[in-house]
Amino acid sequence: MNFSWDLLVNALISGVVLGGFYSATAIGVTIEFGMLDIVNIAHPAFMIAGAYLAYLGWNSFAFDPFVAIAVFAPLGLLFGRAFYRAYHFFFERRGDESLQGLAFFFGILFIVEIGLVLMCGVDYRSITAPYLGSTFGIGRISVSWRLMIPFLVGLAMLGAIQLYLSRTFTGRTILAVAQDLEAVRLIGADPVRAKEIAFGIATASAIVAGILLIIIQPVEPSIGREYIGRTFAICVLGGMASIPGTLLASLILGVAETFTTTFFGPSWSPAVSFGLLLVTLALRPAGIFGR
Amino acid sequence: MSAPTTFAPRKVPVPRHLHAGLAIVLAGALLVAATFVVGSHVSEYYYLAAYTILQFIVLGTAWNILGGYAGYVNFGTAGFFAAGCYTTVVLNKLFQLPLIVDMSAAAVTAGLMGFGTGYLALRLRGVFFSIATLALAIVLQTIISNWSFVGGGRGVYVVRPEISGLFGSYAHLLVMLMIGLATCAVLAAWAVEKSWIGIGLAAIRDNETAAETCGVPSLRLKLIATTTSGALMGMAGAPFPYYVSYVDPATAFSLAIAVNSIAMPLVGGTATWWGPVVGAIMLGSVQQILTVTISSAANLFIVGVLLVAFLIAAPRGVVGIVRGWKRGRQ
Repeated sequence: MNFSWDLLVNALISGVVLGGFYSATAIGVTIEFGMLDIVNIAHPAFMIAGAYLAYLGWNSFAFDPFVAIAVFAPLGLLFGRAFYRAYHFFFERRGDESLQGLAFFFGILFIVEIGLVLMCGVDYRSITAPYLGSTFGIGRISVSWRLMIPFLVGLAMLGAIQLYLSRTFTGRTILAVAQDLEAVRLIGADPVRAKEIAFGIATASAIVAGILLIIIQPVEPSIGREYIGRTFAICVLGGMASIPGTLLASLILGVAETFTTTFFGPSWSPAVSFGLLLVTLALRPAGIFGR
Repeated sequence: MSAPTTFAPRKVPVPRHLHAGLAIVLAGALLVAATFVVGSHVSEYYYLAAYTILQFIVLGTAWNILGGYAGYVNFGTAGFFAAGCYTTVVLNKLFQLPLIVDMSAAAVTAGLMGFGTGYLALRLRGVFFSIATLALAIVLQTIISNWSFVGGGRGVYVVRPEISGLFGSYAHLLVMLMIGLATCAVLAAWAVEKSWIGIGLAAIRDNETAAETCGVPSLRLKLIATTTSGALMGMAGAPFPYYVSYVDPATAFSLAIAVNSIAMPLVGGTATWWGPVVGAIMLGSVQQILTVTISSAANLFIVGVLLVAFLIAAPRGVVGIVRGWKRGRQ
């Protein structure tokens, strides 16, 4: 363990930048798990599917990552809405969410992962764009655009979702569903439709997060598993349904992971998120922003 | 004669509620006998396939004690399984003990882990428990990957001990052992299900708060369930290093183990002890056939598809289908 101030500051900065990207991966879980009470552990698998879409788009049509976001995020929205309809029809309606629903998402996670292996193999895939190679520096601190773009896009996406939820009618219905589903039904709004839209948004965010992921690093199908821990840790630590909480928790996790990688070595970093999750669950299950 | 006919002594020497238990023991004994007779007349491949299916009977049954009876979904089966594996690896490196000692030690290690998980379940209900078990498995995997004594991330070779002349090959011995273990596991599940423990666990599954209010000792019951379940999973993992003779964290903590041990009880039916057995035999054989005929990646894909298909079309599994069919006939 070799310590220096430069290393510390650099680790802190890259941790914050990484945290911004993590917030993009976790916002979907915050919506699904925190607000809609749907335990979509297949969320990271959808994210990896997004990364592969970006790869396929780049490989066959030379899509720029931003073009990929514009093309695939709406597809994710539609797919998410259809997927929620099916889930609602087969599980939620029957009241089977707990055991069967949970196992269902586990099965979907597995199907997506193995499906990607069967279609694209287990090799690492990556994409590139002319502006991704350069770095961006202030003084002695430098951050590559490969990390900076996901950070900025992630923050923008969080801001947009927060605005949508707090300013529009549908958005407020979604927040109301998160608080009291029965009351929403009593005042005449349709909670199923609100949940459907929210799930669509969450799935679109997974696709965007996947595209951001493949900007940062090469991707292979099983990489999604690491993000189960990260996204759920962030969601719980952030207080389940809070978007500012999600952002803060992402930054904490990003910094904690970068510090672990810098000072103890990368082989310990998978344990950070799950360790953080276990500690949060044991000590303060309500999270930072929980009520 | 009039009324007394209804009170005529029935000639049933064994109480009715023990029939199933006897059947399980008998089935186990028959399987052992069959294996003994067949000996080394068949290709070793069949033993390896049988070993895998038996291993999944143990894992599925163990998962079901907690997941099916108490409704606590454990995503971390691979963690307990690997705890058993690595107990064997450590003991093998230190002392070279007989396998049965390794298995007992694995049962203690994984049982203690299960006991710890039980305390976790004290605070965490439903989904949070499931995610915590997943977390536990990953944390354990990271620790093992960084522990150079057991090979770290690179894995470790395990030397199979010498075998006595009674068995044709090492695979033969392992299969015998697994039959014994599977029989014990199914017996344990049956005993739990039929006793007050099973009734208490079902009450917890249906409504934990209400059960506690009625005086069900929920903590004690959950601890019993998690410990039994964990210990059985660990015992299933203990012979694994000898079976593959090379273990690395990726194999021992494989996601396929977690998925299979959830899919098998759900496909078979979680309500009864025979559901996971049926599910394990069904899915296990399908996987063996597909691995040989297509590829091992495709077989996992089909397990996932079968799981989802059963959840959608037959949420109570084979047990539910059989019960519905019986009810239809009456």
